[in-house]
Amino acid sequence: MNRATIDLWVGIFVTIGIGALIFLSLKVGNLLTTPTTTGYRMEARFDNVAGLKPRAPVKSAGVVVGRVESIRLDPKTYEAVVTMRVSDGYQFSRDTIASVLTAGLLGEVYVGLDAGGDPQVIADGGTITKTQSALVLEKMIGQFLFDKAQQTPAK
Amino acid sequence: MRSSAIARGVRYIGAGTINAIVRLGFSARFFMAVLYHSPSAFRRLQLTLREIYFSGVLSLVIILVSGLFVGMVLALQGVEVLNRYGAEESLGILVALSLVRELGPVVAGLLFASRAGSAVTAEIGLMKATDQLSAMEMMAVDPIARVVAPRFWGGVISMPLLAALFSALGIFGAYLVGVKLIGIDNGAFWGNMQAAVDFKRDIGNGVLKSVVFGIIVSLIAVFEGYDARPTAEGVSTATTRTVVGSSLAILAADFILTVLLFRGIGV
Repeated sequence: MNRATIDLWVGIFVTIGIGALIFLSLKVGNLLTTPTTTGYRMEARFDNVAGLKPRAPVKSAGVVVGRVESIRLDPKTYEAVVTMRVSDGYQFSRDTIASVLTAGLLGEVYVGLDAGGDPQVIADGGTITKTQSALVLEKMIGQFLFDKAQQTPAK
Repeated sequence: MRSSAIARGVRYIGAGTINAIVRLGFSARFFMAVLYHSPSAFRRLQLTLREIYFSGVLSLVIILVSGLFVGMVLALQGVEVLNRYGAEESLGILVALSLVRELGPVVAGLLFASRAGSAVTAEIGLMKATDQLSAMEMMAVDPIARVVAPRFWGGVISMPLLAALFSALGIFGAYLVGVKLIGIDNGAFWGNMQAAVDFKRDIGNGVLKSVVFGIIVSLIAVFEGYDARPTAEGVSTATTRTVVGSSLAILAADFILTVLLFRGIGV
């Protein structure tokens, strides 16, 4: 085995080894998010997005049409501002309703878009005004117990 | 006579204890000698590169294939359980955390000990048996600097890279089975994984583990070779001791490191 061959193989080995470390850091550990550049952006404001994460799917009629890009809190209104990126092929009317939904009881959280009938469509960077927040199970149970407790004395 | 039989038994225990302590002391002094001669291993980089080739590059096939299949099997079995709770999207978390934290460093370490550690022990042991090490000393070449230190550092450098490759290929295998075969949503697979895996806590600690395992396996391999009885039988015994000893040491060290990194200091 001559020296040049050994150097070559060690070089390949070290390069792909470091490549694997970079893959683990970036793709798995998410040290650096590469933004998806295709499609157009739209925003939606929710009172509560419990459990929604960046890169969660955006679905319309159960079909994935885009991805959640970022989630931040509006410091003035205390609303969650969700930025989504939707494929260029899909247009949504201005009266589209965006809701935070859960697939099954413990499944992934995603954004559902229900298209309306308005002929005007949302442009790049536009905002969806009609939104429906995530259902928080604890709040629902609390509400249910509260209602029950109020009903009991009336009986 | 009874008393002499008892005395022989006690003497046997005593000899065993003394032998164990002598070996422990010798291995500690040997480790210091290897560290002392390490600069020369890097000054003559070609020797170390050669050992990275033999320990690292030639272990690639078994590490890559094992990683791929461990990831694929992990995905198949993980989906089976997660399916019951409708949480298949969490497969990415399950696979990435178990590979990066535990399976990557440990399984890669065990494979590395059997594939590369045993070869190093046999090579050094045979050099000793054929008086090559003594011949070097005659020529005023320190065998620890010329033979042992490059093999030690070759292993220490190769091991973290092999463990990272194992984890990466495992995650790729899980992606193939989970996303391509079973049909989990691609974005949910990666998104959930990225949300759950922390760079410093999970990946950093995993790499730290693989570095420690690399030091353990390489040290045991070169020490057993250097300490081997200079006969054919002695070399074969030393090779077996390397594989058994480093496997046990990896498992024990993994438990201690997991307790320290993920329960104590790391949290």
